[in-house]
Amino acid sequence: MIYRAAIHRTFEAGGQTFAYSAASGAVVALDETSQTVLKRCATPDGVDHPRWLDWAPEEARHTQREAFEELVGMGLVRSEFEPALTADPLPESAFPLQTLVLNVTNKCNLSCSYCYEFGQDRLSDSTRARAPRMSDETARASLDMLFERSGRSRDLTVTFFGGETLLNLDTIRASVDYSERRGRETGKRVSFALTTNATLLDEATIAFLVEHRFGVNISIDGAQSDHDRHRTFKSGKGSYAVVLPRIRALLAAMRGRGGRPVGARVTLTRGMADLAETYRHLHDEVGFESVGFAPVTSSSEREFALPAEEMDRLLRGFTALAEEYVAAAIEDRQHGFSNLHDLLGELHRGVSKAHPCGAALGLVGVSTEGQISPCHRFVESDAHVMGDVKTGIDEKLRAEFLRAGHVAQKIPCHSCFARPHCAGGCYHEAHVRYGDAGSPNLHACDWIRAWTALGLECYARIWLANPGYLDRFEERPKLAVRPSLETPA
Amino acid sequence: MNHLRPINRKAAALAQARLDQPGAARVLMLVDTPYGCSTVFAPGWEVDSSGGTYGLCQPIERDLYDCYHSCYWPAQVPDSLTNFPSWTKTCGSPVQDWSQVDLVFP
Ligand code: SF4
Ligand code: SF4
Repeated sequence: MIYRAAIHRTFEAGGQTFAYSAASGAVVALDETSQTVLKRCATPDGVDHPRWLDWAPEEARHTQREAFEELVGMGLVRSEFEPALTADPLPESAFPLQTLVLNVTNKCNLSCSYCYEFGQDRLSDSTRARAPRMSDETARASLDMLFERSGRSRDLTVTFFGGETLLNLDTIRASVDYSERRGRETGKRVSFALTTNATLLDEATIAFLVEHRFGVNISIDGAQSDHDRHRTFKSGKGSYAVVLPRIRALLAAMRGRGGRPVGARVTLTRGMADLAETYRHLHDEVGFESVGFAPVTSSSEREFALPAEEMDRLLRGFTALAEEYVAAAIEDRQHGFSNLHDLLGELHRGVSKAHPCGAALGLVGVSTEGQISPCHRFVESDAHVMGDVKTGIDEKLRAEFLRAGHVAQKIPCHSCFARPHCAGGCYHEAHVRYGDAGSPNLHACDWIRAWTALGLECYARIWLANPGYLDRFEERPKLAVRPSLETPA
Repeated sequence: MNHLRPINRKAAALAQARLDQPGAARVLMLVDTPYGCSTVFAPGWEVDSSGGTYGLCQPIERDLYDCYHSCYWPAQVPDSLTNFPSWTKTCGSPVQDWSQVDLVFP
């Protein structure tokens, strides 16, 4: 039978050769024999097993066969008749919900130029007036749905999102009260998270966030000059001077009173500053625990969109920060570059995703009016509504969304080594770019593959120099503020 | 395992599974032969497994993108790598508006 190498990536670190299997997500170190066999299987003809062994030198036959079998076991080599696994049928019963993202308001007190909620890339139909704030009643109905649909999950997350989330603090307070009560009744633990632009963080709000152990993500784009380029008030005035003291107060309170680490989220646009400098500013000077970067989502024509040269610069910036991260990890210190931290966590667990993210699986978004959508970014897109909190999730629409988003449907991804962790990328981004949430994000592949390759190399280097560090990925990642949602606010 | 050393958790789990039940653990995987006009001749399927046309080789809109993105088939479609990067700019969603894809004049 003919056997061939399955999609994988081999890479070097510290003088050793490793392989990452796109079929299983396994990372292994290869010895010389297995390298030879894998290379042979990677030729177009593959090997005709077991006949190929007849031509192997007698003394090598046994070890080559053994290496071959091990490679098959890891998913690095497969027979040509291996039943091709296409989209697994989705389980008949509904998926348990774990995370609910409540868009408590669609209003914002800033008007950032790149915002997908309000800018040129927004999905909502602007001709229809929408409730600007979620009512307490809608929030309670949403939470009831979360509890009822959470199955056996014991840990639930409620994330508040906007607009500027804190413009509707009343509903947030009511929701926290209600979820904590229902949590006690049902024996489930509920944790809270929110994303904010920090303009409204006053003392009382901060005390509330600390008391209920909120995971807070703050949208801030770096030092004043970078931040104020896009993150402006309606008057056009930058927001940095207003937010900085408030952020400092929040960080101090969280740290002093045992709150959760606070993450900064930086949106990268054309003309962005040097990443390492931005990191240094936010982590060392301002005091954020972790800093995550995300390129702006937009159609490519927008003036703030990242052109190709900037993507290269971005990769160089990520590489420089990754070096710092690895150096820290080798000394057993935590570095706050959260993009890499999250990637290493996925590589360590060996995730192999059928869907790029939890949207419509364990997570759904709810609009101010109570409509359910696959995630927070799709709320207010009429084309993506999947039910209403009063009547429940429309399972048929949900299943359709998931079927179309399954990586098996994304033909170019089949031959891509980055597939286990990318799986085609963000549905929302795909929708903005290609008008189809089920499309793979082909404009980003080069970048994703380079980034995955960088992650693998960092992973192997840490494993070689300080394997104990990787234990911190055994449980849920501690550093990242989960779920790390970016803010349109 | 004598030749591969499991590094991450998934690799360790697969190695363990092989010890526990030799032969039973199998890595399930997706097809990884590239699809497309030149390698697979799909004689007129009308819908793909999701009921749409997106995953098909046959319909014209699918072929256009398959050649363009995954097979790099410069003889048939404009080359998007160097000369015509925005060749499909007028066409946001191939399934709906493939007919808007522009001509190019090299
Ligand atoms: S979208 Fe691109 S990078 Fe991601 S899995 Fe598919 S082919 Fe690979
Ligand atoms: S990755 Fe995209 S689609 Fe998935 S939850 Fe995030 S924003 Fe939504």
